[in-house]
Amino acid sequence: MTNTASSTHFIRARRGYTRRRTANAVMLVLTGLTTALALIPLFWIIGYVVYQGGQYLTPAFFTELPTPPGTEGGGVWNAIQGTILLVILAGLFALPPGLLAAFYAAYYPNTPLGIAVRFSTDVLAGVPSIVIGLFLYALVVVVQGHFSGLAGGIALAILMLPTIIRTTEEMLKLVPPSLREASLALGAPEWKTSLQVVLPAAGNGLITGFLLGLARASGETAPLLFTALGNEWFDFRSLIRSGLESGMNPLEILVRIIEQPVDSLPLTLWKYAQQPYPERIHQAWAAALVLMAFVLAVNIFARLWILFRARRMKG
Amino acid sequence: MLTLANDLSRPLPMVRTGAVPAKEEEAAEIQTLPVKIDIRGLSIFYGKFRAIAEVTMAIPAHQVTAIIGPSGCGKSTLLRALNRMTDLTPGAHAEGDVILDGENILGPGVDVVPIRQRVGMVFQRPNPFPKSIYDNVAYGPRLYGVRKRVELDGIVERSLKQAALWDEVKDKLQQSGMALSGGQQQRLCIARALAVEPSVILMDEPASALDPIATLKIEDLMQQLKSEYTMVIVTHNMQQAARVADYTAFLMIDGERAGRLIEYGPTSRIFTKPEKKETEDYVTGRFG
Ligand SMILES: Nc1ncnc2c1ncn2[C@@H]1O[C@H](COP(=O)(O)OP(=O)(O)O)[C@@H](O)[C@H]1O
Ligand SMILES: [Mg+2]
Repeated sequence: MTNTASSTHFIRARRGYTRRRTANAVMLVLTGLTTALALIPLFWIIGYVVYQGGQYLTPAFFTELPTPPGTEGGGVWNAIQGTILLVILAGLFALPPGLLAAFYAAYYPNTPLGIAVRFSTDVLAGVPSIVIGLFLYALVVVVQGHFSGLAGGIALAILMLPTIIRTTEEMLKLVPPSLREASLALGAPEWKTSLQVVLPAAGNGLITGFLLGLARASGETAPLLFTALGNEWFDFRSLIRSGLESGMNPLEILVRIIEQPVDSLPLTLWKYAQQPYPERIHQAWAAALVLMAFVLAVNIFARLWILFRARRMKG
Repeated sequence: MLTLANDLSRPLPMVRTGAVPAKEEEAAEIQTLPVKIDIRGLSIFYGKFRAIAEVTMAIPAHQVTAIIGPSGCGKSTLLRALNRMTDLTPGAHAEGDVILDGENILGPGVDVVPIRQRVGMVFQRPNPFPKSIYDNVAYGPRLYGVRKRVELDGIVERSLKQAALWDEVKDKLQQSGMALSGGQQQRLCIARALAVEPSVILMDEPASALDPIATLKIEDLMQQLKSEYTMVIVTHNMQQAARVADYTAFLMIDGERAGRLIEYGPTSRIFTKPEKKETEDYVTGRFG
């Protein structure tokens, strides 16, 4: 009696088991397939850009200014320098206010200003980047009467701001409050505690957030259309040389550099891809490859950095 | 310095808690103990909620005083008032007096920095900074302007020795403090607190996150440190209080959930001849 009961129970359980195993296998295959599906575009894009752009990568591409449209040769040295300038400017403009806002939002989350910081950060993150470009056009370009790297740098800084504030805030919240207390209990003032204990403890995350923000900003085209505009003759060396020849001091030269319209890789890509000259189309592909490689490199570096530092912190 | 004997304007702790007549020599000894921190009518509020109510007790210098009581009775709240950590909680405020070496640290316009230098704190969970062992200990002295390397080296060595950690870490001072074991981390935190030369050390359940062996080391350390420091520890472990404390204060919540001091006196008496029914129930493990 007991025997029969338990054996039918067993058989029923067996049947349920087989069904579960089958369902499990099917789901496993499905998730594997969809994952592959999601990865296909990524590798396709990378592969295609490498294939198309790789053929036209020459040393001259990195070191020479553009030649007139429709002629062979030349490079995008102007755009590479311009990208470097824009990224530095954007980083300089975005970092201090971003850090301070993040500290405020993390320390005083429930005050009106703290809530306002979080809310406006979210809104800013949703503003189309071209609108930011337009805003800087009205605010800087129109006022100054000319396009400039300065205006482009500010536009990119505003674009980076939400990323920096959000990641910094998240990272600061991850720092155990007991660390802050330990420092304050020793008699340290709040600002020293933030600078010497909280910031270093959040450091890895902050650097990563900053790098990811920079990488994203360096790939933006739209905010630069009305601000940096583009400049096929942009070259640090000649700007510095002509500045020195006309007797300018380093500060004046610096101002002159950031007051120039500049090019950037995505801007160049966008412009060249629309031109009817095959050389320019080829260079657009090559620029796409360089841009992609740069952004990928920064991303990978940032993530490796986290991994490495996290391990070292744990000892 | 104030002593219990010459401060007759108010009842002595023994008398106030209505002690079982202590042996004469014990009473004499207690009366000559200098008072380090004199807590008078201290109430602490979180917003409108009164977490502890009218606590009055005198903490003797160079002794280990334990604060015991059920969870949530305000032990941490009381302890944190002793170096003004209460200030860090938005909406918290204190009423009453906490007199450290004759000065009311709750008085108007008192600077917290020198108070926190004199009254160090060790927390429940070891919380070393994500810095090297050396920089953890040197953090406090640097804060107070010590810059010279030799001087810092000396302070670091002295503090780590006092915290009984020197032998274990002297060859790896530049390694991260986070890489140490839990017990070592807690001793590092003690060394960090000692480095600014406080005279009082507050410890809030300093061993509750540690294994038994690490706990014993911390308890030994408390005994050693009391010759130079006044120790106030919070513990929910009664055996620990019985092992390490010279004096024990028992706190419990009243009908309004405010923590009140039920009984305070020499540890041996609190544990063997408690005067109040609540104390007896608690120390014999009948509740809490
Ligand atoms: N920051 C705070 N804000 C509001 N209430 C608090 C805060 N900290 C503690 N309390 C309350 O005060 C009471 C005493 O807490 P605490 O001092 O931490 O007790 P214990 O350390 O004895 O467990 C508890 O009821 C607790 O909920
Ligand atoms: Mg507590």
